[in-house]
Amino acid sequence: MVVKSTNKYTLQRRKVVHRILEDRGDAAVVTGIGNAVHDVASANDDPKNMYLAGIMGGAAMVAFGVALAQPKRRILVITGDGELLAGIGSLATIGVEQPKNLSIIVIDNQAYGATGNQHTHTGRGVDLVGIAAASGFKKTALITTNAELEAELQHIHNQPGPYFAVVKVMSKTSPRINAPKDGTYVSRRFRAAVTGESA
Amino acid sequence: MVNKKSKTWHWSQDVHQLFKKIGIKQIAYVPDGGLAKLLERVQADKSMRSVVLTTEEEGVAQMAGAWLGGQRGVLLTQSGGVGNCINMLSMMQECRIPLLSLVSMRGEWGEQYPWQVPMGQSTIPALEAAKVIVHHVDQAEKVPETVAAAAKLAFDANRAVAVVLSQRIAGSGGQG
Repeated sequence: MVVKSTNKYTLQRRKVVHRILEDRGDAAVVTGIGNAVHDVASANDDPKNMYLAGIMGGAAMVAFGVALAQPKRRILVITGDGELLAGIGSLATIGVEQPKNLSIIVIDNQAYGATGNQHTHTGRGVDLVGIAAASGFKKTALITTNAELEAELQHIHNQPGPYFAVVKVMSKTSPRINAPKDGTYVSRRFRAAVTGESA
Repeated sequence: MVNKKSKTWHWSQDVHQLFKKIGIKQIAYVPDGGLAKLLERVQADKSMRSVVLTTEEEGVAQMAGAWLGGQRGVLLTQSGGVGNCINMLSMMQECRIPLLSLVSMRGEWGEQYPWQVPMGQSTIPALEAAKVIVHHVDQAEKVPETVAAAAKLAFDANRAVAVVLSQRIAGSGGQG
């Protein structure tokens, strides 16, 4: 029998993501696979959103490539704990490279939400904030309440990075929405919006 | 261009100049002996950002991001790293994003270390299974023109392309 994950946290992932994106300004957003796609797309289907509905473990490095190419723009990663764990070495690479305009936000429900809420390592002692801090991220935060989220928003959007936060959220997921799925469409729309050129 | 008959000529000179000419701004790599001279040249060049990866798949994702942000990049890897890249390459295929990659072979021409052979022999089939177009080259003199052709296919025709450099070029040595 599969043991399903539950946790003690009270923040709701979708509300958290919507609150962060309210203050995004002209930031570009890269999502990881899974619920993060729907959390971001349900806020606003902005052309500067790149929904990665595959390549588990790749969101941070896709965003890093954008961050190097667009040094004057803030690049936000909104991803899950399972997705980030799949590309955990990326934190070491980004820590070494020090992109000032990159913020990684992990919506951490301690579970693989898309496959039935099986445990991830973050509910069993693995400390992503500690890993990011030890990798050289300029500022890190652990967010578990609305007050902490409000206090951290200015850092998420403005702090010289690389910036890293884990937001602990309840394991309950929100409904999936009809986010654009086609990769050629989403990627060209994103590139045109971010660079001002047609692809 | 340098006289290719000269004893001091190395293919990495021309490939580095090509990278400058076509506006390569991001170089992502895991260090490799077969690519060492090219890596030294690009690292010394302030017009491009060289990024060391913990694993090659990070570089595939970075290259996708570079294109999304309006820059051109190149992924440099040994054949052993190609296996790490397969899932990430689905982004190039699904989004039809350009990828230019140089792959230096192990486990091929004159290999002495048995553990290099399995991935070396799987490299080209794995790339092709991931819908990466492969240009295999086994003479140093042909490397620059092959990379130039691959770059057009990648950046002008929006395709994922790997230039696979035979172990014959770098020599069959190397460590286990």
